[in-house]
Amino acid sequence: MSFTLNVNGTTHAVEVDGDTPLLWVLRDVIGLTGTKFGCGIAMCGACTVHLDGMAVRACVTPVETVGTAAVTTIEAIGATDEGARVQKAWLDEEVVQCGYCQSGQIMSAAALLAVNPSPSDADIDAVMAGNICRCGTYPRIPAAIKQAATELASGEGR
Amino acid sequence: MGVLATAMAGQFSRRSFLISAVLAGGSLVVGPRLIQPAGAAENTALNPFIRIPAAGKIQLVIPSAEMGQGVYMGISTLIAEELEVALDQVEAVAAPADPAVYGHPVLRDQITGGSVTIRGFYEPMRRAGATARVMLIAAAAREWGVDPLSCRAEAGQVLHPSSGRRLAYGALAAKAAEGPVPETVELKPASEFRLIGKPHLRIDTPAKVNGTAKFGLDARPEGVKFAAVMLSPSFGGTLKTVDDTEALKISGVRQVVKLSDAVAVVADHTGAARKGLAALHLTWDAGPNGGLDTAELERRIETAMDGEALVALDHGDVAAAEAAGGPGIEVVYRMPILAHSAMEPMNCTVHVRADSCEVWVGTQVVARARQGAAAVTGLPLEKVTVHNQLLGGGFGRRLDYDGVTMAVRVAQQVDGPVQVVWSREEDIRHDSYRYLNLSRLSLRLGPDGMPVSWRHRVVGPAVMARFLPLLFKDGIDLDQTGGAESPYDIPNKRVEFVRHEAPQGMLTGNWRGVGPTRNAPAIEGGIDEAAHLAGRDPVAYRRALLTNNPRLRGVLDLAAERAGWGTPLGPDRGRGIALMPDFGSFSAMVAQVHVGGDGRLTVERIVCAVDCGQVVNPSVLRQQIESGVVYGLSAALYGRLTMENGAIVEGNFDDAPVLRINECPPIEVHIVDSTESPGGVGELGTPGVAPALMNAIFAATGKRLRALPLDTSQLKRT
Repeated sequence: MSFTLNVNGTTHAVEVDGDTPLLWVLRDVIGLTGTKFGCGIAMCGACTVHLDGMAVRACVTPVETVGTAAVTTIEAIGATDEGARVQKAWLDEEVVQCGYCQSGQIMSAAALLAVNPSPSDADIDAVMAGNICRCGTYPRIPAAIKQAATELASGEGR
Repeated sequence: MGVLATAMAGQFSRRSFLISAVLAGGSLVVGPRLIQPAGAAENTALNPFIRIPAAGKIQLVIPSAEMGQGVYMGISTLIAEELEVALDQVEAVAAPADPAVYGHPVLRDQITGGSVTIRGFYEPMRRAGATARVMLIAAAAREWGVDPLSCRAEAGQVLHPSSGRRLAYGALAAKAAEGPVPETVELKPASEFRLIGKPHLRIDTPAKVNGTAKFGLDARPEGVKFAAVMLSPSFGGTLKTVDDTEALKISGVRQVVKLSDAVAVVADHTGAARKGLAALHLTWDAGPNGGLDTAELERRIETAMDGEALVALDHGDVAAAEAAGGPGIEVVYRMPILAHSAMEPMNCTVHVRADSCEVWVGTQVVARARQGAAAVTGLPLEKVTVHNQLLGGGFGRRLDYDGVTMAVRVAQQVDGPVQVVWSREEDIRHDSYRYLNLSRLSLRLGPDGMPVSWRHRVVGPAVMARFLPLLFKDGIDLDQTGGAESPYDIPNKRVEFVRHEAPQGMLTGNWRGVGPTRNAPAIEGGIDEAAHLAGRDPVAYRRALLTNNPRLRGVLDLAAERAGWGTPLGPDRGRGIALMPDFGSFSAMVAQVHVGGDGRLTVERIVCAVDCGQVVNPSVLRQQIESGVVYGLSAALYGRLTMENGAIVEGNFDDAPVLRINECPPIEVHIVDSTESPGGVGELGTPGVAPALMNAIFAATGKRLRALPLDTSQLKRT
């Protein structure tokens, strides 16, 4: 079947079965490999992307359900206020190790800040608990999100 | 490897001799000039590790694999320090498979593991940078007709201060390469370091926050197809029948590849390949292990524990000390089967042509991967190219290249390049497992309450027999037994080894922390039990047994102080300590826990003190300790795989859970200032976590857990 997707502001026509997870359309058909595969059952968050600004797990999102929603991936999240601040904070706080899960971590954090500009530790835990990191970058993520929140509030960091 | 650490520290005579002999003959030669690859003509290689373009970033060729541990940063720091360039003037690139040039000086192979990278390369990489700098200065001096001693290098340029002349490295590289290679170079004293020991930000991470970093799974050679693979569920089983009628009808599915022990569906994208794999109707012959389950595996290793053992170490007279009587303990610590569960599932991209084979993979053993691909294809080694990629976690899983040979076997039947992607389930069910391990510890205390004998029987596989025969001697796995004697001053010590392998066909390998992670619960749990038996404080007791180990005593004191050891915590809380003298480093860890009346365990705080000698980057050091702690915590709380019908039961993060952010305690890392030789840190944080928790739980509840993962159902008190 044929689908027209709006990914990072660009229109892509793809020819795949409707039940194909968005993850593989992004990675293998469109060629945006920044979104990662980790579990295939929405348990790890490595594949997190935004649909109209909402974080979803692309590995369990059938492409036929995307419709006209704007898909944003890690490759374009830096164009948003939240995304740019989160990326900067991730580097300032030296969050990143192997980096494989970090696309998903950053997409979840950016989505959190878009709806909750001043998250508490509990808010951060609640949202970020969906993203697994095996390098153990967890201790640095709350500090990075708070830095991004502070810079968003003050207009700094871009 | 633990034993390497011990040996490098010169603490342990027999192994020390073994490794010193290797070290002496293994120093890296910065000699051969690289033949320039096509299309890179603008780069001049001053030695195998440094390529200088006419303009733009200098390429540093990193001999070790980047899997999160910060080795691209660490090695770049060492080279750049002596090359006199800033870190934003360099980029790190993966070395090709060439162990003669890029092999680790001690391991003598391109192996990234055992926390030995910085220890092995600390001097050779600085030397590589210094050698290139001297050649660049000489070239400038020739150009200007001045004495090289009147020139100096700074920030990628050679300066002649008295005349104010300067030339960039890019303009000098070609001429420098024509000049002589100095036989000796002087390295900077630590007091002049501008990069080493300073908290510069990692150079590999900007690409990891915007989706541009390339991992193995991101390899996209022109025309690549995607394959989903399923291996025989039972270890050693074979594929019997395949009905692919439905699978081949799926849009995008191209081909079904049948192997003796696996099946793969090749498609235009991984989504179609996975859908096709699910649509196959398969039957398997379960093979020789089809009847095995966890209970049987456990019965076998328990039986082995009572069998014949080899003696790995015998100091004093343990039998006599035991015969003399006195209070003591005889306990068994039990370790489960563990997966690595790196975030990036196993994958490998391969293009097999008639006369060549090209491989894209993230591996800790790039040269072995190349040999593996050559062996499968029958091609000569020089016809096989392996492009090492960033690793989405290693933890020892990617020290084995079974994923590469599997992918090559699939690719042999595919026209064009194919990316073979394992599902998470395949990744967990076909790991290179940390296998079952037992430690039986017998301790006797003297009249003063201090231990007089230590007998530690270690039961488990001899991974080194196949992985690194250098560390397998007279039937003993030196990685497994090294350090099992404990760091404590005890007059009579004996370490025994019973080799007990997993069933044939079940791959067992290295897991973060290697030997020390397997032994630490028994050693640090055991000494804690002895302290309590003697009625002594666990910190004071250890301290009294470390008179000959000032660095270990230093971290013990530091961790205890920072954790507030001895200050009251209130009911249901406890602190536990564990030491880890290994990987050429010293660490101590205090865990603080709360155990509810219902048995619910909360890890409230972890305090680490680390003495790893000269620090290359304090920020990366802290990252690595935190990382090791989280990895160890995950295993201590959740890590256990089970077997039914010869197959691993668990398959994904739902039934094989790992630690999540909401369960992660604050982790403090306190670093001892030191100019001793640099030690390893990538695995240092992992081994101590389980025993620190066991000891803290005992302090909180009086209940001693001796098996992993921690069974909190035993902690219910209401």
